[in-house]
This record gives sequence, structure tokens and C-alpha cells, in this order.
Amino acid sequence: MSIMGTRVLRKEDPKFLTEGATYTADVRDPRLEGAAHVHFVRSTFAHAKITSIDISDAASMPGVLGICTADDIPEDVGTVPAAVPLFPPSMMNRPLLATGTARFVGEPVVAVVAETPTQAADAADMVFVDYEPLPVAIDIEDANADNNIIFDDVGTNTAVDFAMMGMATGIGEEDIFADCDVVVKQRIINHKTAPAPLEGRSVACVWEGEKLIIWLSSQAPHGFKGALPGVYEGIDCQVICPDVGGGFGQKIGGTPEELIMPHLSRVYNRPMRWTETRTENFIGIGHGRAQVQYATIGGSSDGEIQSYRLEVIGDSGAYCGLGAFLPFFTHIMAAGVYKIPKIETAAKSVVTNTAPVLAYRGAGRPEATAAIERAIDIFAAECGLSAVEVRRKNLIPADAFPYTTPHGTEYDSGAYETSLDKALEAADYQALLAEQAARRERGDRIQLGIGVSVYVEITGGPAPGGAEFARVHITPEGKAQIFSGAFSHGQSHATTFAMVAADQLGMSIDDIEVVQGDTDKVPEGTGTFASRSLQFGGSAVYDSSREVANQAREIAAKLLEADAEDVVLDTSTGAFHVQGTPAVSKSWADVAAAAANDGVTLQHEGSHNANCSYPFGAHVVVAEVDTETGEVTVPKIVTCDDSGTILNPNIIEGQRHGGIAQGIAQALTEEFVYDEDGNPVTSNFADYGFISAAELPSFTLVPLETPTPNNPLGAKGIGESGAIGSTPALQSAVVNALSHLGIRHIDIPLSPERVWSAISDS
Amino acid sequence: MIPAAFEYIRADSADAALAALAEHGDEAKLLAGGHSLIPLMRFRLARPEVIVDVGRVDDLKYINDAGDHLAIGALTRHSDVETSDLVKAEAPLLSAATSYVGDPQVRHRGTIGGSVAHGDPASDIPSVLLAFRATLIAQGPGGTREIPVDDFFQGFLETDLAPDEILTEIRLPKAAGAGWSFQKFNRRAQDWAIVGVSALVQNGTAGIGLVNMDSTPVRAAAAEAAVASGASPAEAAESAAIGCEPTSDLNASVEYRQHLARVLTRRALEEATA
Repeated sequence: MSIMGTRVLRKEDPKFLTEGATYTADVRDPRLEGAAHVHFVRSTFAHAKITSIDISDAASMPGVLGICTADDIPEDVGTVPAAVPLFPPSMMNRPLLATGTARFVGEPVVAVVAETPTQAADAADMVFVDYEPLPVAIDIEDANADNNIIFDDVGTNTAVDFAMMGMATGIGEEDIFADCDVVVKQRIINHKTAPAPLEGRSVACVWEGEKLIIWLSSQAPHGFKGALPGVYEGIDCQVICPDVGGGFGQKIGGTPEELIMPHLSRVYNRPMRWTETRTENFIGIGHGRAQVQYATIGGSSDGEIQSYRLEVIGDSGAYCGLGAFLPFFTHIMAAGVYKIPKIETAAKSVVTNTAPVLAYRGAGRPEATAAIERAIDIFAAECGLSAVEVRRKNLIPADAFPYTTPHGTEYDSGAYETSLDKALEAADYQALLAEQAARRERGDRIQLGIGVSVYVEITGGPAPGGAEFARVHITPEGKAQIFSGAFSHGQSHATTFAMVAADQLGMSIDDIEVVQGDTDKVPEGTGTFASRSLQFGGSAVYDSSREVANQAREIAAKLLEADAEDVVLDTSTGAFHVQGTPAVSKSWADVAAAAANDGVTLQHEGSHNANCSYPFGAHVVVAEVDTETGEVTVPKIVTCDDSGTILNPNIIEGQRHGGIAQGIAQALTEEFVYDEDGNPVTSNFADYGFISAAELPSFTLVPLETPTPNNPLGAKGIGESGAIGSTPALQSAVVNALSHLGIRHIDIPLSPERVWSAISDS
Repeated sequence: MIPAAFEYIRADSADAALAALAEHGDEAKLLAGGHSLIPLMRFRLARPEVIVDVGRVDDLKYINDAGDHLAIGALTRHSDVETSDLVKAEAPLLSAATSYVGDPQVRHRGTIGGSVAHGDPASDIPSVLLAFRATLIAQGPGGTREIPVDDFFQGFLETDLAPDEILTEIRLPKAAGAGWSFQKFNRRAQDWAIVGVSALVQNGTAGIGLVNMDSTPVRAAAAEAAVASGASPAEAAESAAIGCEPTSDLNASVEYRQHLARVLTRRALEEATA
């Protein structure tokens, strides 16, 4: 029996559960002996001219080695490399330290270097920065109105206008709603959330001659290595990522605090370390989502959708980084799972005086789902129809794949109605409807709402696809090593990649080691984000494993004194034998020893290129709403998430669990809040509504497998699904619980006061 | 998240703690379980010069039956209060409310006295003391004194304790047969209450303490008076927020807090009189 699709326990867990992880701050390497420590002085103003920086008191504090301001950074050290080449206007690029102007609270202004972390923190307290406050742009639409300009030289807060770049359809001359019986429009807020990985950013670095060795907490060691030359031209470096405690999109590129470390290490001629605090992680690196949307939907009064228009303004935060490009993903997934004849999108991003927006779990696609799913609910309400039936009526049918939306997105495979049916059945939808009716009839204080969302997303994007590197090497003992350019920061590559290789090589996963997270050991790579690793990185392991098996077959043929074409590898036993005569066979150990003897290296490496895939699913979430207080509780969550062929159900379920929890959290408790002056007010776990198990029910997870034709494993990404479907499903459930009061929309997060206000106003 | 430097003194007795306070005056802060003070120090919002750690003053860790009242040493951990059979029998409201403080880890470190002496209007335990009309015992250079709980909370994070005094004991009148209820409204299990209500009802009178409804822990005096004059829970609860001046914050506006105080007081009185 193949190991594929089985519940293999994670190879990573024994270490994590016994000795614990080794994070960057835990790394004890002789090369880091005597490291100095960095503490950043951060802007306390959202937008201000920096008029002077007085370091005289701080410089004489105990243990201080030096203090670095923007003026101390030499010209050959660059700014943060642009997230997407050619964009944005270089004038919105980010310096390593605020230069002349600070543009968000938490932006690093001064780096203090001292012998110990405490001395660095104490000295940072004694750095006095004089600020001349400038008018702020905090709210997305206020920033979009260019009332206060953040980059004077640019003259507008618009970072990217996607329709102008041909990356959105734009709004045409023809009125696409002209023939619709029913047209509804809704303004929708998709608020800022904090990725909040349990491990924050951390760096340790040292120069060995002209070569930089840098340890850091990252999702993409090769990505960071690729970013460094943008700051340090021609740099030679080795990037090492030890265990990483989560990323959720926060640790894809290089941030200023990380990128300045090689400079500090060189100037002060010391190994250099920096580990951020929780508050720095909340205010300093950035947040996800952050869009204002206007969704317009039209169709016939019997529920057939004819036209949909989505207008998005994305918040890029204080500079034009990756976040500025996320509305593009919202554009490409705007149609969701529905066959809609006419689609228009307008999308732009604007800078604001808040921390830079980043690619948080889903990154632009959850926002697309949230918009269309809200629009469907409101359209159904306007038509007086069941939202479930309106969905069913308009779903792209299973026989329509591959399917291209009117605005050009090509979905690979899908069974949308099946996922909806399965989720509704597992949730016992009819019984829920009956319960809801009974409570309404009785006028219960606690009303019941049933929320449904059906979603599709793009993984491994942007389209058309991506690549990842793998090398499969057979040791002289006949065991396998996989060198992968993907990097697990929680995803379990050591288990899943070993399973892929085991299935092709006929080895035990215990004999397969996965090497990752070191750019000297793994020659190339991309990294782990966008739910890409199994489909690209796993497929690269698959390719190279098969090539290595072929090489080994030739050596086995010699040992068996047979023609290579006649020799087969029995992948259930790992034995090579002549077809039809399994009694005489050679093992991997035999073959590896023979290869070693002949001076042959059994190894294959290469990148696997594949098209993106489009996982989908349906979520049913039940909400109970206390009509007296507005309190929302969530007694039931059922999801049917299809990510193609399932490699390991345990790991898929783990990804779904985490994603669902984060998605529910966005709808219910989590919001990163700035006040009107741009001061962050949710900068720790007491104030930020990070969800816990106590606020969540047990999840019912329904499996469904619709393989993608786009890679040999049939696998689609699963990392983001849970966070995409659950947020609009809960929002829908709460609105549904109150629909008899005439309520059609409440923005998230569904705080008790917000829900109570909606009830009070109804 | 590194506190500013401070001197650390570990007191082995109440007298040793008092001596340290006498020596260092208002430069010193007492440290009990540390769950209020240490976060403030880590953010450098509090920068005491001297920390006097009373966490190991075992003489002040006790729960005693003192005839008509329970006497609880100020350094008794929340977890010990929560699980005490004596507290469950004679003051079940305190036992129940304590089970809502933070999470198990917090309750194994935090102390009842630390929570009360911090004077935080968002803390659960002060509301219980108000409902019970508890008496607090403070020890200072001049000996001990009794402070009625109604006189104890003076302002935001300010109490009647002098800088050279320590809180040593909390006395709760026994209330074995009384009706009671604790209502905590929050968004996450571990959160501070957005609003909370402690109610203790016996012989037609009610003690009602409110959480997070003013700059100090406060009593719902108008609602208590209404109960005493025979009002139903629903009628009495209508006046639960009268006289309160709650703040507006991320979780709730003033208006919403007042609404919650009324709703939760009604639920508390209904449960306590059921």
C-alpha cells in the first residue's frame, strides 16, 4: 500500500514536544560569540518631520558601542528593495531608518548597539528625537482623497492603480447593470489584522571576511538572500533559518530591521543580534487585509446573477511594499465560484500613515471571497430568496472546467456544488433551519443564524504559476537526502516531502532526511508562502526521486546482470529485481554501495515549474446571537475544503484548523486598530483579540478531493482555505440570525457593541 | 520588554516588608503575584526604584474560619481561593468569581491581595468584596487598621493604603445561605471584563459590585436601594448604572457599558433570587 494519503505522524513533533524548537534567538554558534545587541528607537508619531536626534546622553551609557541614524548609513547601503520590480515609484521606497520624515508609529528611526540587550534598551530610552508633527492619513478613503499627502514628491497617496496598469478591467462605458431586474450595492470593510506568529522577527549575523552569515526567522531563506543584494550590491552571503515559529505571510521578504543588521555588524565589527519584542511585532512589521470595497451585483428577480462589479481600495501602509499589490489578487478572484456573465473590477492601493500592509494568510483572495459572498447574501435578500439557493443556481458547474472567468482567470478543476452539498449535509442544514424558525417563533433572546460561504482561491500565484527546487541524493548507505528550496515554518515538509520521495523510492520515511533553510546547503529555492510548497516543492521532489530511481535501476541492472529495461523498482519494498523474478533482488544499500564503489553519485536536482491551482470549498458556520447584548458565540463550524489530492490528512486538517481559527478570529475578535492620530491601540495580546480555543467549537471537517491536472501530485494548496471561507460564513451567520429584524449587513469584526448597535438601530 | 533597572528586596515577613517600605518610601513597590506590576514594568510604564517582593511571606497565605466571617490572607493565591472548600461553602460568590480571573497560570501566580491593592476597576475580585461589604486589614508602622471596602478604592489605581502600609487580610462576612451570582461579560475567556457584576442577596437586601463601570470598583447603590424597597430584579436593574461614570474604550462606549450594567445586573439578581 502506498504511503500517500495516509495519516503519517509528523517527523517534526518528537523534537518540538521534547527538547523544543531552536529559534534564531536560541542559536548558539561559535561564530556568534561576543555578539552585540541592537535596540531600535521607533517613531512615536504617525507622520512627522524629524528635526533633530540627540544621542549625546545615550552614547555615554554603559555598554553602548554606537548609535546609528539615517545620516550614518553610507550611500552604498541601499533602501528596502521594491516588492515588485518596476513598481512602485521609487519615491515611495522605504529607507532602512526613517530619513527626514517618519511615516508611521513604530518606524525605526535610530539603531542603538550595545553589549547586552538591556544596555541597548536602556540607552534607547536616552535617545531624544525631536519631531514636528505633520497631518496624517490613517483612514483608507481619507488617504485616497489625498487630503493629506504622505510623499510630497509624488503628490498623491495612490501607490498603484491597477486598471491603469491593465491589471484590472476598469469601469467601462457600458452600464453592465442596465438589463438587471435587481441591483444592490454594498460598502464592505475588510479591516486590518495582525499575523501575530508566536515567534517574532529575530536576526543574528556575522561577517567572515567578505561573506555574511545570517540567521533569521523567515519563510523564505532564498528570498531573503535574493533581497540582500538590493541593499548591499554584490554581497556574498549564507542565509540560515533554524526552526521558525510561524509566519502567516509576515516573514517573506526582508524588513528594514533585518536588512540593516549586516551594516551594523560590519561597522562595529562584531557579530550582531536583534530579537523583537511582541509590541514591536505588532506595531513594527505590518498587518494584513485592509481594504474598503464597494460591491455591486445585479441579476434577475429569480436569483440569476448577470453582472458584478467590485471596486477595491487597498491600504498599502506607509510605504509601497508587497501590500500595495494585494488588490490585484482580489481582482483576479473577484468572480468567486460563480458563473457571472459580466464582471468589472477597479482596484487601487494607497499609502497611509500606518505600518506597511503585508501578505497575511490569503493575501488579497480572502478579501475577494468576502466581497462576493456578502454581495450574494444581500442580492438574495433583495430577491427574497434563500442565499443557499441563489448560490446553487449560480455556481460554476462541475462539467465547465477548466473554466475561464469573463475577466480572464483560469480555474483548473472544481466541484463547487458537491462541496456545498456535503457541508450542508454534515451541518444538518434542515434541522438548523427548523431550530432557527422555532427560536424566531418563540422570540428567544438567543437567536440562531446559519452562514454559508463557497469560495475558490488561487494558490502558488500569481498566475500563471511558479517553481521550486529540489535535489534528491542517495547516501552511500542507501538512504535519501532531500534538499528543498521550500522552507517549513510549521508546514511539515520533513514529513510530507519524505512521503513523496518514499512513495517513489520505496524507502521508509525514517531513511529520508529533508534538508532546508540553509542557502549554502540548498543551492536555489523560492520559499514557503501562497500555499505553494507541496504543489511546486513536492512536485520537484517527485521529479528528482523518479530520476534518481532510474539512475539506481541502471546500477541495479549491472548487479543483477540484466538489461536496465528489464529491471524494476518495487516501491512497496524498495527492492530492485528483474521483472517477474522478485526472489532475486538488490536493495538500496546494495545499489548505493555499488555506486559509491564505481564513483557514481546517485543524485538528481531541478526545479519543478507548474501552473497555479485553485482550491475551493464550502463553509457552514452557525452563530448564536444574544439579542440583548449583541454577544456572538459560534456553536458549530462545518467545512468541506478541497485541496486536490490529499497527501497526509493529519497535516491537511492541521492547516484547515489553523486557517479556520484565524478566519473566525477576523470575523469575531481580531482587529488591529489605530486611533485617528495613527497611534496603535492594540499592540499586545491583552488588547489585540487573538482568538483561543475557548472561543471556538470543535470543527467538523468534511474531506473532498478534486485533483488538479497542473502538477503530478494532483495537489492544490491548503494553507489559506480555512481563513478564506470561514470569515464570510460567520459574518453571514450573524446577519442571518438577525435578518428577521431587517438587518442585511454588519461589518466585521462582529464586536458585541457593533452587533448590539445594529439590533438597536433596526 | 526589558524593565528598567531596579533594586530587588525579598521580604520574608510582613514586618520585613514594612521595614523596606519605611526605608525606601514611595520609590518602592510591593510585588506579590506580579501579574499587574510586571507587565507595567516591562512596558516601562512603571519604573520603581525598589521592588519589595512579598511573594514568599507565607504568614499571609491562609483562609480561616473566624466565626462570623472568613479571614483570607492577602497573599493567598487565586487558585487556593478558587478551590477552597471553606470559600465554596461560606462565600461561593468569591469562589465562582475567582474562577474567571485570567487563566489557570495567572490564578496560580496572582494573589487576592495583589488584585485588590492594585485597585483596578477592571478586576473581578473588588466587585465581590463590594457585594460582601468586606473589611480590609492594613498593617503599617503604627500597627493595623480596619478599612471598610467602601472606603478603600479612592481613584484610578489608587487605594486608601499609605505608601508605608501593606494589605494583610480580607474579611468577608459569611454568606452560606445567601443567593449570589457573578456575571462577567468579555470577548475572550482570558480577557478583562468589559462589564461585570457581583451580586449577593440575603434577607431582602442586595450587595451589587460592578466591574469596569467607573474609575474605581463601584457599587450599584441605586439598584441595591431598589431591591431593599422591594423592586423586582428587572426593576432594580434599571438603575444599575446610575451614578456610574464608565470610560469609553476599544471594547465599549459609555452607553454600551451602561446598557451592559443594566442587563447583567438583572441577570445577576434573577439568578441570585431564583
